[in-house]
Amino acid sequence: MSTKTHVATTINGEVTEFLCEPRQSLLEVLRDVLFLTGSKEGCNDGNCGACSVIVDGVLINSCCMLGVEAQNSSVFTVESLASEGDLHPLQKAFLEETGLQCGICTPGFLMSAKALLEKHPKPDEQQIRYWLASNLCRCTGYDKIVRSVMKAADVVAEDKA
Amino acid sequence: MHDFEYCVPDNLQEAVNLISIHRGAASLLAGGTDLILLMRASRKRPNLVIDIKKISELTRIELGHSELYLGAAVPCRRVYENQEVAKKLSGVVDSTKLIGGIQVQGRGTVGGNLCNASPSADTIPTLIAYGAKAHIVSAQKSRNVPVEEICLGPGKTSIEEDEILVNLTIPVPPRNSGAKFLRFTPRNEMDISVANAAAWVELDESGQAFKSARIAIGAVAPTPLFVESAGKVMLGQSVNDDVIREAANIAQDAATPITDMRGTAEHRNHLVKVLVTRAIKAAVQRARGENV
Amino acid sequence: MKNRENFSDKMRVVGTRPVRPDGLDKVTGRARFSDDFHLSNILYGKVLRSPHAHARIISIDTSKAEALPGVHAVVIGSDFPLIDHQMVSQGEAGLADMRDISDNCMAKDKVLYDGHALASVAADSPHIAEEAIKLIEVEYEPLLPLMDVCSAMAVDATPIHEHFIPGAFIAPSEEYSANASTIKMGQGDLKQGFTEADHIIEREFTTETIHQGYIESHITTVNYDINGQITIWTGTQGQFEVRDNLADVLDIPVGKIKVIPLEVGGAFGGKDRIYLEPVAALLSKKTGRPVKMSMRRDEVLRATGPSPGSYIRLKMGVKSDGTLTAADVHLAYEAGAYAGGPVFLPVISCTTRYNIPNIRINGFDVIVNKPKTRPYRAPGAPQAMFAVEQVIDELAQLLGIDPVDFRMKNLTKTGDRLLPGFPCQPIDTEMMLRTVKEHEHYNAPLDGPNRGRGLAYAMWFNLGGISSARISVNSDGTVQLSTASPDMSGTRMTLSMQAAEVLGIDVREISANVSDSESIGFSMPTVGSRTTFATGIVVCEVAEEVLLQMAARAAILWEIDPEQVLVSKGLFTNLSNSNQQMSFKELAGKMHETGGPITVHSTKTAPSFIPLIGAHLVDVEVDPETGKVEILRYTAFQDVGKAVHPDYVEGQMQGAAVQGIGMALNEELFYDSEGTLKNASLLDYRMPTALDLPMIDTVILESPNPAHPYGVRGCGEMSIIPPAAALANAIHNATGVRLNSMPMAPHKVCAALNQQ
Repeated sequence: MSTKTHVATTINGEVTEFLCEPRQSLLEVLRDVLFLTGSKEGCNDGNCGACSVIVDGVLINSCCMLGVEAQNSSVFTVESLASEGDLHPLQKAFLEETGLQCGICTPGFLMSAKALLEKHPKPDEQQIRYWLASNLCRCTGYDKIVRSVMKAADVVAEDKA
Repeated sequence: MHDFEYCVPDNLQEAVNLISIHRGAASLLAGGTDLILLMRASRKRPNLVIDIKKISELTRIELGHSELYLGAAVPCRRVYENQEVAKKLSGVVDSTKLIGGIQVQGRGTVGGNLCNASPSADTIPTLIAYGAKAHIVSAQKSRNVPVEEICLGPGKTSIEEDEILVNLTIPVPPRNSGAKFLRFTPRNEMDISVANAAAWVELDESGQAFKSARIAIGAVAPTPLFVESAGKVMLGQSVNDDVIREAANIAQDAATPITDMRGTAEHRNHLVKVLVTRAIKAAVQRARGENV
Repeated sequence: MKNRENFSDKMRVVGTRPVRPDGLDKVTGRARFSDDFHLSNILYGKVLRSPHAHARIISIDTSKAEALPGVHAVVIGSDFPLIDHQMVSQGEAGLADMRDISDNCMAKDKVLYDGHALASVAADSPHIAEEAIKLIEVEYEPLLPLMDVCSAMAVDATPIHEHFIPGAFIAPSEEYSANASTIKMGQGDLKQGFTEADHIIEREFTTETIHQGYIESHITTVNYDINGQITIWTGTQGQFEVRDNLADVLDIPVGKIKVIPLEVGGAFGGKDRIYLEPVAALLSKKTGRPVKMSMRRDEVLRATGPSPGSYIRLKMGVKSDGTLTAADVHLAYEAGAYAGGPVFLPVISCTTRYNIPNIRINGFDVIVNKPKTRPYRAPGAPQAMFAVEQVIDELAQLLGIDPVDFRMKNLTKTGDRLLPGFPCQPIDTEMMLRTVKEHEHYNAPLDGPNRGRGLAYAMWFNLGGISSARISVNSDGTVQLSTASPDMSGTRMTLSMQAAEVLGIDVREISANVSDSESIGFSMPTVGSRTTFATGIVVCEVAEEVLLQMAARAAILWEIDPEQVLVSKGLFTNLSNSNQQMSFKELAGKMHETGGPITVHSTKTAPSFIPLIGAHLVDVEVDPETGKVEILRYTAFQDVGKAVHPDYVEGQMQGAAVQGIGMALNEELFYDSEGTLKNASLLDYRMPTALDLPMIDTVILESPNPAHPYGVRGCGEMSIIPPAAALANAIHNATGVRLNSMPMAPHKVCAALNQQ
């Protein structure tokens, strides 16, 4: 029987320590140990993207990473997007463009889209679709999700200009 | 998931020692995109998981004059984001960009893809086509093995229980050469290959004849296959449809596909020919300096 | 009686696009879905599932599991009360056999599909629970599984149930053979009809078992307290259905159960039944602690409620001028392991959009060793449409008639007799087809090899049924709107918009919630395209009553007769002294001094069989070497009566269209010869990704539905029906081959091309 491991990380910019068993995934740690339930479980095997988070600047599926691997890492989840009551342009765009219906896949899409815009600030439709291909949505048919990302990209570009 | 211990050696010797002691009771963790799922499905139940991501020999990616050093724990993302690699080894970029989506590419490694030894692995045919070698180390010895000799069957490799794959070396291809990896999947992303193929060709100075060629196919046999004869039949021949067709036919003959939930034997058999043909043609275009 | 202006005036709120307030929680990750719900002192339950598609359970030994540290209780089939086969009305789901539901939740003597639950544990952590169920030892006697309708219907097929009771979904069916029951519908003289035909086509089709594919799994938390009171927290389409089914299965009074609905992460018809709830309840009873149970993704695909595979045979006759004379339709649909699949719905709907005078439709509900089928957005309709619309397309091409013109020639219109025997309620079917024909997509050139365009046209029916609503007016003029309709995609907003329209206030003044089963009157689930329509009707009526009561308060203040109060757009005016006026807000502030707070609750039944129509146009390009189909362009047309929130209507059309595309091209539950599900993951159950699709263009038509104050028709289901047929027709136009097997996977396209 393994003992729980003490892990020190930074989560959403805050120094965070937790205890977890090695067999608990980062997703389980976020949801069940730290009660950051924004990241969702859809398949638990890396095929739907609902658990997408950004670790050390890289977009990953948190179900395919162990919690213990997060030692000394920096993790960003959907809970980091809004700051001081202001929604991130992606969050606003998803609301205004109806880029969500049931909302279960939305946190994963927001994190994937955030990673996309950080890498490609002016993506075209095909780039967006390629980048989001590993995030599944069953409600929207993706049309309004793509439009939401495009709108957010424009807003982010304008803000920077 | 079963209970296990976890450790993070910070040097290769420590990792080698651990694996000597624990052998089959330990598993190596790089990106985790295979191992964690196998453990979750109870298909692997190691007592000890050894995280190899802090070992410099396994995390280094370096394009030297004559070869690419690709540490076994380098994630796909770092491969295709490397500008130099992208320029010189476009076939490797094809493979690493196609695996499982952006999130999986952020963690999954080429080394792990090889060790997992899936018949439909998306990097192995490419490694074979490029003539890559695997550098494997144990407490007693180290050896360099052509990638085509690594996979023995689905999920099985010639890497011993007390050995670690440290890195791959891919020769920097000469001028007038090009490579392409292609696969067929029902969806445009996310799927396991129904069939895949990698072609590496070297053309003569005029760009009109094959000087050298290596063809590899996947998902159509218990392991990815190096179809040596397909490449050999192209040597010295003009670049034309007949020669390419002959090579594709040889590759098709080498395939022994099955019918499963991902495809029928007939369709896979047919696809080998289509994909090898398309891969050779694209490799030729790249060898001629075209951007495809 | 009060006077007010006519609601056919231009609407203020209905038809606009406000942002839904509950969306904020969803984009910040704060929304509480089933798995986000936490209670202290909770235990975690997991289920052991059969690896056999058909087997007798000889023995179950749970001792090793019980001995594992951290395990607190075990539940197996014998822990369930023994109940009879009793057919209980499930509202829109027709009748259900409660014994079957109980057995489906946990097998008693036999397991009937790969994944059938037969034992469970509750433990300190999900990991311990998972490890514990592996220690449960079961002895099985494997039996031969029957995995498709044709094998199961064969004359010499072994009965899967020793005691077969014909199942009923909406209407009762009769026993046909050991594993099948039948439902028939028809009219006219079939033989005569075919004699009159100048051309006759007969075709066969098969479709595979598919799944709704909701991204959120099934998760439930149940607390069975010391007084025998059960509380359930779960995302469900129907809290009352969960409550009532659980009461029957556990043989306890309905009043002892409270179901609290949480946000739902997709359902599409698959989440209005119980699976884990009785198991969790019994584990909670045994341990005295709340128990949370969740299904892994593979459990969802193996053991919930798929949409049926089918075998369809269709013979149609037509005159040379394009008039359809006869149709003989054989629809054999999987029921799954227990009787009562959806075949009745395609029986009544698959041809009735065309006036075919001589017609016979035989539906068969067939038991197979797969999970019990459940609704999936227009249950059974896409399968039937795949067949019928291809034959229609083939007949039109045979006669050289334009596809729209051919359908126009046979078109069912308002007042025409529908196959079930009643007239078609008002809907402008001609407008639909005319709009398609005049649309730019229909007339755009499509050049290039291996490219083709396909059309499909469908009719479906709205479910009405029972809904409840309550409006409370707060003294600051804000309004509380409660319904029992779980919100899967924005219906809290569309219901708020209707309330705001009636009340004459800003929609942002309304706070809408979904109530639990104790806090509001009975309602049928969020299914059948009914929520914005049927619950909307009750909401509007309740809002009207609120206005009536508020007008009476104004009358008290102004010391006049209530009839003298005019209510219009949120303003109350004294008809005999127009200087006396109060806004809704002002009047709300006077409630306490004029009689107290105003709350109105009502339960009503809305009419069913409201016609819904849709048509889809798709352009494809086929790679002849690989069989891959690429969608170049897609337009979905739908008549929604009145689009309360056009963005949400578009979203429903697009989402359902993509589900239809998925089942058309790649989705199937793949079973091997032993009946084991091989692709129990989202890797190999291939739902469309963003990279597989173009934008889905939508055209919203509005021919008002007189049964609703604003003309609303249901809109959620229709768009899943035409895609498979439209794609099949497009593939035919691109390549010359017709695919009669769904999904039209690349290997099938390739094989068909090679045979050409």
